[in-house]
Amino acid sequence: MTTPVLDIIGVSKRFGDNLANDGISMSLGKGEIVALLGENGAGKTTLMSILFGHYVPDDGQIRIDGEELPPGKPRAAIGAGVGMVHQHFSLASNLTVLENVMTGTEQLWKLRSATEEARKKLVGIAERFGLKVDPDARLGDLSVGEQQRVEILKALYNDARILILDEPTAVLTNIEAERMFATLKDMARQGLSLIFISHKLDEVMAAAHRIVVLRGGKVVAERKASETNKAELAELMVGRRVTRPVREPSTPGAVVLELRDLGVRIGGVERLKNVGFVLREGEVLGIIGVSGNGQAPLARVLSGTLARTSGELLLYGEAVGNLSVGDVVDAGIGRIPEDRNGEGAIGEMSIWENAVLERLPAYSRNGLVDRKAGMAFAKSIIDAFDVRGGTPASGTRLLSGGNMQKLILGRNLSHRPRILIAAQPARGLDEGAVAAVHARILEARKAGTAVLLISEDLDEVISLADRIQAIVGGRLSPPVNAEEADARLLGLMMSGDWSHIAEAAHAP
Amino acid sequence: MSVVFDILASAGLWAAILRIATPLIFGTLGALLCERAGVLNLGIEGIMTFGAMIGWLAVFHGADLWTGVLVAAISGTLFGVLHSLLTVTLGLSQHVSGLGVTLFASSFSYYVFRLVVPVAGTPPTVMPFQPIDIPALSSLPFIGPAFFTQTAPTYLAIVIALIMGYIIFRTPVGLAIRMTGENPHAAEAQGVNPMKVRYGAVIAGSALMAVGGAFLTLSAFNSFFPTMVQGRGWICIALVVFASWRPGRALFGALLFAFFDAFQLRLQTVVEGVPYQIFLMTPYILSIFALALMARRARVPQALMQPYRRGER
Amino acid sequence: MRLERREHRPLLLLIGAPVAAIVAALVLSGILIAIAGAPVFEAYRRILIGAFGSRLSATETLTRATPLILTGLAAAVAFRARLWNIGAEGQFYLGAIAVAAFGSKLLADLPGPILIPLLLIIGATAGMMLILLPLWLRLRFSVDEVVTSLLMNFIAVLFVSMLIDGVLKDPLAFGWPQSQPVADHATLPKLIARSRLHIGLAIAIVLAVVVYLIQSRTVFGMQSRAAGLNPQGAFFAGVPLGRTLVKVACLSGGLAGLAGAIEVMGVKGYVTTDLSPGFGYAGIVVAMLANLNPIGVVFAALFTAIMFVGADGMSRSLGIPTYIADVTVALSLLTMLVALFFTQYRIRR
Repeated sequence: MTTPVLDIIGVSKRFGDNLANDGISMSLGKGEIVALLGENGAGKTTLMSILFGHYVPDDGQIRIDGEELPPGKPRAAIGAGVGMVHQHFSLASNLTVLENVMTGTEQLWKLRSATEEARKKLVGIAERFGLKVDPDARLGDLSVGEQQRVEILKALYNDARILILDEPTAVLTNIEAERMFATLKDMARQGLSLIFISHKLDEVMAAAHRIVVLRGGKVVAERKASETNKAELAELMVGRRVTRPVREPSTPGAVVLELRDLGVRIGGVERLKNVGFVLREGEVLGIIGVSGNGQAPLARVLSGTLARTSGELLLYGEAVGNLSVGDVVDAGIGRIPEDRNGEGAIGEMSIWENAVLERLPAYSRNGLVDRKAGMAFAKSIIDAFDVRGGTPASGTRLLSGGNMQKLILGRNLSHRPRILIAAQPARGLDEGAVAAVHARILEARKAGTAVLLISEDLDEVISLADRIQAIVGGRLSPPVNAEEADARLLGLMMSGDWSHIAEAAHAP
Repeated sequence: MSVVFDILASAGLWAAILRIATPLIFGTLGALLCERAGVLNLGIEGIMTFGAMIGWLAVFHGADLWTGVLVAAISGTLFGVLHSLLTVTLGLSQHVSGLGVTLFASSFSYYVFRLVVPVAGTPPTVMPFQPIDIPALSSLPFIGPAFFTQTAPTYLAIVIALIMGYIIFRTPVGLAIRMTGENPHAAEAQGVNPMKVRYGAVIAGSALMAVGGAFLTLSAFNSFFPTMVQGRGWICIALVVFASWRPGRALFGALLFAFFDAFQLRLQTVVEGVPYQIFLMTPYILSIFALALMARRARVPQALMQPYRRGER
Repeated sequence: MRLERREHRPLLLLIGAPVAAIVAALVLSGILIAIAGAPVFEAYRRILIGAFGSRLSATETLTRATPLILTGLAAAVAFRARLWNIGAEGQFYLGAIAVAAFGSKLLADLPGPILIPLLLIIGATAGMMLILLPLWLRLRFSVDEVVTSLLMNFIAVLFVSMLIDGVLKDPLAFGWPQSQPVADHATLPKLIARSRLHIGLAIAIVLAVVVYLIQSRTVFGMQSRAAGLNPQGAFFAGVPLGRTLVKVACLSGGLAGLAGAIEVMGVKGYVTTDLSPGFGYAGIVVAMLANLNPIGVVFAALFTAIMFVGADGMSRSLGIPTYIADVTVALSLLTMLVALFFTQYRIRR
């Protein structure tokens, strides 16, 4: 093994009661790619934030080329050659690529920015690593993949020798992701050292030399990629065999929701094109896809918060116009929004208020809110759905993500919806909460609810859905039956290659 | 029509435009600087009032005029620190904090003024800045008296507008300010401290606002009286939007605005039968119109009015 | 050292915040009084005497609190829904001039019991009208309503100035720009004889309770609160954002307009351009001091009125400018902001 350029020695960090990092040690060699594997909440991002100086560790130290890095100083980290590529891009959409890259690279009080030199250096780096991008383009005009290239360029521009990438493929299509990993390997060959954070087993196996598995804030294992396999890694990552609820066979009933040639335009951009599907009672239809391919507008149209521009929507067999939120709720459609905190609940209001807000007509008389009934309803959700950490009158903000999701599920499922629109229902939840949410969805399916499951998590879709369609660039692929779908076929579907979908499968 | 032409053809109109524009240029540039870093500074109206009062007071007590301007600028920095404490350190609502600063700064101005000048009545005066004739240029026909016989602060305002345009678009610190106003998390990730940048921008911007106020008492008029700022601060806030957060356009916007104002003042004297209040309303109506015109088109700094706290997204 | 969000907000802290804020503001103003060379405690004692020392001064304080309650409510209902209506001053004037116009001539023939409620409604409606333009600009062009509603204040006062200098000018006012007085039978009945205190105070307090009930018990109240706290979440839950904001704006503008109407019908009888010593702006402070609670507004308005009325008396005897009252009130807004912050955050090292 090569000499380590980076040593993390016994790093611990506590947030309140939560020990996010517990004596973590690991190292990185020159020209090496190490994957940091772990579930959400395993402490990966905290560790990298400490390494980059965003957080000060409670204990332990970071050494670069044997020299200790002063804690909590991003500038020192940059100076030592550490570059970070965030999962949520740290870019300004109103500035140009060059301006984004140049920020903070010069003496602040210099009388003039050396723009020309900077442009030359940037173009040079871009060519060397095959990261082509127009330095004068406004960042907001670039695609997501291009924006990520800018993030990487930014780090390289600062002469980074150690590159940290936080879930780099989260927002990329398969093809973009493949291209990016090729670039990363090329960088490693040219002497850079890389750590990438991931919870996707495939890409970890494909791209890394070495894999460090994190669980509950501790390093639980370290493996060479050549000496392990996905099954072992999965078990290490989760710590136990994954027991997800079993999907019992069911016989789908009548078609309750159908879209035909549905289109949505927002600000002149076509977000959905010729979208069509049928959804039957007692089945789960999974919509898979890389984020940003039209999932959000699709969920919004069906939730009553966005009007379609064209196409037909048939509800219980009848063509209907644009639906308002009230129409949707009245029609017996339950909605689980993608953004729990932004859309799903109003944190500063109490639990009972959040429980009844979308059903105020039912919980009011003559314009007066029926507080008593609302409290009783909230109490019944708390009991039936095992919402912990709150009472009907306490603030919703205090609930954990999983409990907030149970509240949202509860307020929808308590009313026995005929249709359930679930967008990323388990995102960011811990394993226990994920299992609870999945069990509830299958329970609703068994009771005859038609479920539309929009998710980026393939495992989730495979274990819950009866049929699966992929959304790519605002278009929906033909459906495949879950039994026929394997990871390879779904991968192709998500990349837009629908030629392998058997004709028989998508006959309605 | 000939009336309109006569007004447009008088050098006095054009000289008045620059005079009217000067406090607006200072104020707009000050507000613009704050907003580029992501902080809306509604303290402007009060800070201008205080600058007008304290600058006048310093000169009234024997300081020379430039010292008066400097005193005003320093007072502005103090209010800038106050506004930064509330909005940057504590991350409070920029709207309410700014209004609080305005209410405090203006009532404090009146309090101090009344302590020094206890009796209402004709307020005492100072000898204000005198017009400077720029050699050669000022003797040009029409153009000379129109543009080159202004007081020194007017020339200063124009120079500062150009300098600020240069700083914002051509220097590292300008880029740091813009990045902080667009995405403070990104700025932090690249080693720029957004807190410091915001403090700096708000403090410097507030100083400019106060200087704009001091122009009123030390150049445009020669005395201080309560309510003399007359909403100029709010007009500056509107002008920042009109200027799409660009110093060059701010200069242009202030001049355009001053043109309408100077024009209506002259029109008032020749048009009969129209209540003078209608003319006085025009600056405010124009400001609202400018806001409506530009609000959708302008590229608002993305982090404007968003408090920044480390580690919180 | 860093700031950390509190998980729970102790009730004591919520009640203590405004008290601490007022104490801090009084301490800071005390420094200014001391700098002016006056004895600080004596000054505050005289302010209290000036506000409550006699039957006359006590009724005067309550009279002054009346419009402040209403403009305070105007700000509180708007701010709660994150509608930044800073135009209460202009709405106050528009309400006042509308009453002067209709109460002096157009409707003066109506009998009092019909005329008085009608005029109050007219005043409130006039106030509503003025907020609608800033609101429309926000909904249509996303223009920040703070600046537009502020600018509307100047336009409204000039408009009033034009009317009282023109069509509504009182010919008996020796050339002063002053509106014709409202008819005698249009003035509000007195609450206490031989004082200026009128039933406007009762109206204001009743309205505070009504607003409280609207906010806490009605569908509209819950929706407007949701819209203010998290517009995106409220929209997802089916709250009609635009319609809710229009209703909130009407309530807010109406209360401010009503304040103007009541001030004319209860105290002055006519309109001048110095009818309001900044009631609209002081209403913002009142609302913030009350932490946007309608019942709290009554007490916050009382504090503000004490400062204003008391400072008059104190000023006469100690020679401290009456502006000290404005300074204290403005300072209490700033200290209240800080105090509220510390009900939500704590300092951790």
